[in-house]
Formats: sequence, C-alpha cells, structure tokens
Amino acid sequence: MTDRALYAPAPSAGIERQPTDWTSAAMQRRIRRRYGAERRFKLLGLLAILASVAVLLFLLATMIGNGARGFTQTEIRLPVNAASIGNAAPAALQKITNDAAIAAFGDDGEKLISEGAWLAVRNAAAERRAGDIWVPASVDIDLAAKSDASAAAEAAYARMQAAGNVRTSFNTTFLTGSDATDPSLVGIWGAVKGSLLTMLVTLLLAFPIGVCSAIYLEEYAPRNRWTDLIEVSINNLAAVPSIIFGLLGLAVFLNFLGMPRSAPLVGGLTLALMTMPVIVIAGRNAIKAVPPSIRDAALGIGASRVQVVFHHVLPLALPGIMTGTIIGMSRALGETAPALMIGMRAFIAAPPGGVDDPATLLPVQIFLWSDEVSRGFVEKTSAAIIVLLVVLLAMNALAIYLRNKFERSW
Amino acid sequence: MNGFAIFILVIGLGLVAWVSARVKAARFVAAGGTRPHSLPTYHGVYVAMWTILPAMIFLIVWSLVVPGLVTQSVVADPLAATLPHEPLERLAMLAEARALAEGSLAAAFNPLAAQLAPLYERAQNHYDMAGLALALILAFAGGAYAYSRLKPDFRARTRVERVTMIALLVASLIAIVTTIGIVASLLFESLRFFAMVSPIDFLFGLKWSPQDTLVAGEDNGFGMVPLFWGTIFIGAIIAMIVAIPLGLMSAIYLTQYARPAVRRWMKPILEVLAGVPTVVYGYFAALTVAPAIRDAAVAIGISSASTESALAAGVVMGVMIIPFVSSMADDSIAAVPASMRDGSLAMGATQSETIRKVLLPAALPGVVGGVLLAVSRAIGETMIVVMAAGLAANLTANPFASVTTVTTQIVQMLTGDQEFDSPKTLAAFALGLVLFVVTLLLNIVALRVVKKYREAYD
Repeated sequence: MTDRALYAPAPSAGIERQPTDWTSAAMQRRIRRRYGAERRFKLLGLLAILASVAVLLFLLATMIGNGARGFTQTEIRLPVNAASIGNAAPAALQKITNDAAIAAFGDDGEKLISEGAWLAVRNAAAERRAGDIWVPASVDIDLAAKSDASAAAEAAYARMQAAGNVRTSFNTTFLTGSDATDPSLVGIWGAVKGSLLTMLVTLLLAFPIGVCSAIYLEEYAPRNRWTDLIEVSINNLAAVPSIIFGLLGLAVFLNFLGMPRSAPLVGGLTLALMTMPVIVIAGRNAIKAVPPSIRDAALGIGASRVQVVFHHVLPLALPGIMTGTIIGMSRALGETAPALMIGMRAFIAAPPGGVDDPATLLPVQIFLWSDEVSRGFVEKTSAAIIVLLVVLLAMNALAIYLRNKFERSW
Repeated sequence: MNGFAIFILVIGLGLVAWVSARVKAARFVAAGGTRPHSLPTYHGVYVAMWTILPAMIFLIVWSLVVPGLVTQSVVADPLAATLPHEPLERLAMLAEARALAEGSLAAAFNPLAAQLAPLYERAQNHYDMAGLALALILAFAGGAYAYSRLKPDFRARTRVERVTMIALLVASLIAIVTTIGIVASLLFESLRFFAMVSPIDFLFGLKWSPQDTLVAGEDNGFGMVPLFWGTIFIGAIIAMIVAIPLGLMSAIYLTQYARPAVRRWMKPILEVLAGVPTVVYGYFAALTVAPAIRDAAVAIGISSASTESALAAGVVMGVMIIPFVSSMADDSIAAVPASMRDGSLAMGATQSETIRKVLLPAALPGVVGGVLLAVSRAIGETMIVVMAAGLAANLTANPFASVTTVTTQIVQMLTGDQEFDSPKTLAAFALGLVLFVVTLLLNIVALRVVKKYREAYD
C-alpha cells in the first residue's frame, strides 16, 4: 500500500474525512519503519562519536604503550674499581670501561654497554665510589630487556639476567640530556629549553601586540576602510597555513634581516606572528562581552576614554584574553612546520644558552627522532610525545579552569 | 656592555624619572592653589616616556647602523689593505674576524682574520661606548625637558593618552604589515623563480622532478599538477570522506540526542583531537596506520600497496579535522531557528526526520562553509603528509599508492643543503604562493557562504 492511499479519503466517506486508523496493520508497519530509521540514525550518531573517541584513545594508548619504556633504562653491573681511577682523560676512561666490560662479559662485552657508559664511570670516579658500577646498557640489550631484539642480544641479556647483572631503572638522562646519536644517551632537556625560550619570545611579542590590537579594534577604531583592512588581514592571518609563516620567517628574518639560523629568537618571532591573530580574535570577543553599562558608568563619572578601557574594561576582559592566549600558545608550542623552515632541524647536542643560540624545539625533536633508523628511537620518540601531550593538556586544563573560575555572565 | 644591560639601564632611568616626577606633581596638590589638571601618576608616566622613548628609538637605529660603521673602520685600517679583493672571500674573512672578536669562534682558520679580530673588538667597543653615552644623554635630556614642563595646569594625561592611542594603532597595524610581508616575500621569490621557469610550465606541467640546473627549452620537471592533485586527493577527498560523516554525525548526536551530562563530557574530549600536535598525528600515521593499511591492502590482494599510501595520511588527517567540522556543524545547526524544528516535530515527524529534512537543509550553507574551511586547513597541513605521505609525485587515484603534496615538497626543498638562489629553493616559494592563494580563496568563499546564510535568518 502506498503512502498516498493511507491519507486518501475512504470511498464511502463522502465529504467527511475519516480519521487515520493508527491501529491498522499498514500504519503500524509504517510507524515501526519510521521508528526503526530513527533508532538507526541515533545509533549512527553514537557510533560516529564513539569512533572519534576510540581513535583518540587508540592514539594515546599507542603512544603510552611505546613511550612508557622510554622513561626506563636497562643498566648493567660493571665491576670497576672507580675509587682507584682518579682524574683520567675521556679516552682513557672509555678504555677502562670497555676493558672492564670485556673482562666481565667476554669478547663482545664492549658491545653490551652503551657508548656513554664511561660517563657513569667518570661520575663514580669523581665521587671515589668503591664497588661495582651500574652503567647504561647498549641499545640492543635495552631492546632485549623491553621487547624483542636480535637472537644474540636476547641470549646475552638472558645470560646476564641469570647472573643478576642487569636491572631496570628510571632514565634520568632522558629528562636532563640533549640530542645524541646513540638512543641510550638522548634526552629532551635541550629541546624543552629551546621550546621554553621560543615560547618566551612568542609570549612577550604576541601578548602585548595582540591585546593592544584587540583594544584598538574593539574600542577606538573608527569604522572606515582602513579598519576593515586590518580586520580582514587578522582574519586571514588566522587561517593562513603555518608553513607559510615559516616561509615568511625564512625570507624576511633569516635572508633579509640576517638573523641567526635555528635561533629561538627567530622561531619566537615567527610563531608570534602566527599566534597574534588568535589572541586578537579571543581578545576582541572578551572585550565585546563586557557590557556597555560598565563603559557608560565610567564615562559618566568623568573617566577619559583611555581610562575607561584600561581601568574598567580590560580588567574585566582579562580572564577571557588569558584563556585565548593560553590556547594560542599551546598551538604554537605544538607547531613544527614553521620551525623546520627556519632551520631548527639541525642536530644540536647541547641546550641553548640564550635566545640567539642554535636550538631545537620539542615537536621538531620528535620529528627528527621519528626519522631515525635505529629501533631504539621509537620508544624515545613516543616518550617525548607523552611529555609534549602532558604539557599541552596541562595548558588546556589551565585555560578551561581560568574560564570556569572567572567567567561571568552579566 | 651588551644590549640587554643597556635596555635595563634605560628602563631603570625611566623608573627614576617616574618617581621623581610623581613626587613633584604630588607637591602641586599639597601646595594648594590651582587644582592640577592631571593626576600625579600621569605626570610621572609623561616624564618616564620622554626619558625612555627617545633613547630606545636611538638605540634601535644605532644597533642597525653600527655593524656597518665597525666594518668601515676596520677596512680603513692599514692592516686591512691585505684583504682579498674578491668580494666573497673578503666578506668571509671579515665575518670570521667578527666571529673571533665576539668569541663565537674559538680559533681562526686564517691568520689574517686573527690579526683583524682585535681591530674589530676595538672598533666595536668604541662604537658601543659612543652609543651608550649618546643614549644616556638622550635619556637625561628628554627627562629633563619633560620634567621642566610639569606645572599644575600641565595637561599630562592628554599627552600620555595620545601616545597610548598611537601605540594601540601601531599594534593593530602589525597585522597588515605581516600580511604585506607574507605576500611580498612570496611574490618576490616567486618572481625570481618565474624568471627561470615559465609560469605556464609550472602551473600546468604534468611532471614533477625538479632539477638543480635548468636546461632551456626542455622540461625541467617543475610541473606542479601532480603535487596539486596529491594535495587535493589527500586533503580534500580522503580526509573529507573520513571527517564529514564522522564530524557531522557527532555534531548531530551531541546537539540533538545526547543528554547534557554526556555533551558536557564528550565535547571537550572531541576538542582534544584538535589540540593534539600535528607531528604526533604524523608519527601515529607513519608508525601505526600506514603499516596497518599496507598489510590490509596486501591481504586483500593489492600487492603494489605502498607503506607511504595516500590513504594513511588522508585518514589520519581526516581524524584531525573531525572536531573542526563538528564544531562548525554544531554552530550552524544551533543557528537554525527553533520554530522550524518545533514546527516539524509538531507535525509528527520523528527527530531524525526533522534533522534530515528540516535542520540539515536549513543549516547546509553553514555546513558547506565549514567544510570549505576544513579543506583549506587540510591542504595547508604539513607534518602529517611530510611524515606519512611519500615523495614520489604520482598522478594517480589509487589510494594505496604514494602521492606527494605541496607542503611536503616545500619542506623537502627548503631543508636540503641547496643554495638559496637555486631554482629548487625558489620553487618552494612559488609553491607557497599557490598554497597561500588557494587557502585564501577557500576562506573567502567559505566566509561568504556562511555570512549569506546567517543574514537569511536574523
């Protein structure tokens, strides 16, 4: 039976229309079909959102699963009498360490310990510690301890484990070191410091300029062609791909102004240009939300227009501006492409000393490690990602907290 | 004395000026007589401004001229007569001497540079001291001038506010300057590129395999059509096939069906997807998604599947775009007048019928605008494609094959060791220009669509 037939007047009814017979089998079937479609549609919606959340959880689980191991380090007990070494040159220390490893673990003992094992020996020697020293294991042994490695490494690990010569400890080098060629020696502090310096430059430039710009556009700007031009530029800048800002930084800051390559100063300038529109837009919305009665009241008791804004409107809009700034900064912190353009992808083995020293950023460091062939870098990359995500999550949580605490409805 | 110390010194002088002017202005009040026009603070700020601003402006200008002056005085020295005349060598020698003098270079390669270094140091010190002295004189002169003008009827507030307004205006002009900077730098480098490679070949050429040295009259492999196709394929087709259904359905579920408690929790979780840095998505795509997709493709009999498949990059990019599409759809569905929805429900339509036949058609322009914005974001996205998509410029519609994108090639060409003038580096700027223009057009069209639609209901 077609839909039309259901509504058509019954032949015997004459002028009067029969009310729809909801209990008829055809109508019931129709209603069931419609309710079925309703349930399916709702289920689809639920599935869509669950799928999105599932991908997020899967991503986080992958990173944590791979990365948690990056925070630990397998160590090997090395029988060296550090107290008797004294102050030796690095080369001599390396030889002592390697000889001890060969003496303890056979001919390829040297390959079981990390290239940086002599650093642990040096520290022990400086403290005149007696007895055995725990030194970091080589990448292969580390992998054998954590997941799977070559048969030789697995066998060597099993042998040492049986003898009680290995242990797993927290990897402090990862939090205090810088980039290195050996995955057992890498750390993120250099990249974190580079990111901090860059963000400092970004904040110092983007925040005042963004706020001033927002105040001008929202409170003082006359409605004319120039103001429109400024607004259009800001809205466009907010949508320009980040890599274009990198090209701008490369062409203007590096090639035209001759600023130092790879420096946090240049990175900060580039990211500031990118973050500023975000702050301006957030700032304008926050200023717009302050009710006109506040301005009228202040003007009414004789405040000048500048006083109205700086004494009354700005303090009330500040929580909103702060929220927008934190969100903009968290975006800048995760940004990689512009930094690549201005040469921040170099191998830098020491933390930067200032804003004009070559540096790398945490996301760039992640990118560089992800390109490494050595399998030992997989867990380090994921561990660095965990650190980055925790920082970003904390920043966003702070923004949400600020918004909830200070948000006011008028 | 370095620049930062001088900066602090001038700021300190400004503070001193502020305090002393305040004290003087406070005395006007205590002395009685005419009621001062401005509060003491404004007098303080006025004098501080006169102390700081001229000195700062001078220091900025000075720091721009000094390197030239220093080099000039070094070259004027008789010792410099032995400098090579070849301009490049000469510059390199001078740069080395400068690095030695600044201590950023530990030892000299050339003995001549080592000889010139002390000269550099002396000249630099000389000009630094002169700059410091001049800055201090300017600070004191400005401060003294402003201090002498303070009177009870002096309109300090008006002047301070005028400077404040100028500062605000200048801050808002920076957006225009940035835009001009972007356009100018992209245009300038692109024009140099188009002087070597014809724009027609670049825009419509079908082969992308850029050569370092250009051969006139031959195809030099600067045809960007494969790149453009790769970008559209990953960013506008595969990513949108993932993002539009998921984003739209999530928005519908959250706005129309979910209980408020669910909505309050799910919305921020969805937003987290947008907050994850793109480098993390790129790593996820390269490490997990791409091998899985390859294995799946091989399992179903596509043996040519690449580990750098377009599908992997596109799917992950689509996931990244979901919250973006979802929030745009959310906004435009919320903007549909409640009366339309209520009318439909009152006629006996089920909720899904109302959504599909009333809300979505009414919200369509907004959704389309949102999708266009999402596309513009997807094609400008860099890290996911750099890490997960390939470098081979294939003109293929096979999602398991490797394609490359505009952003991937920009990164590729600018992070090598090429000279800055090589056609490859300049081509990166030309690609950047195309990317900029396309995203700009997409944004303009999207905003037009959204705006037009809003006017219809307000």
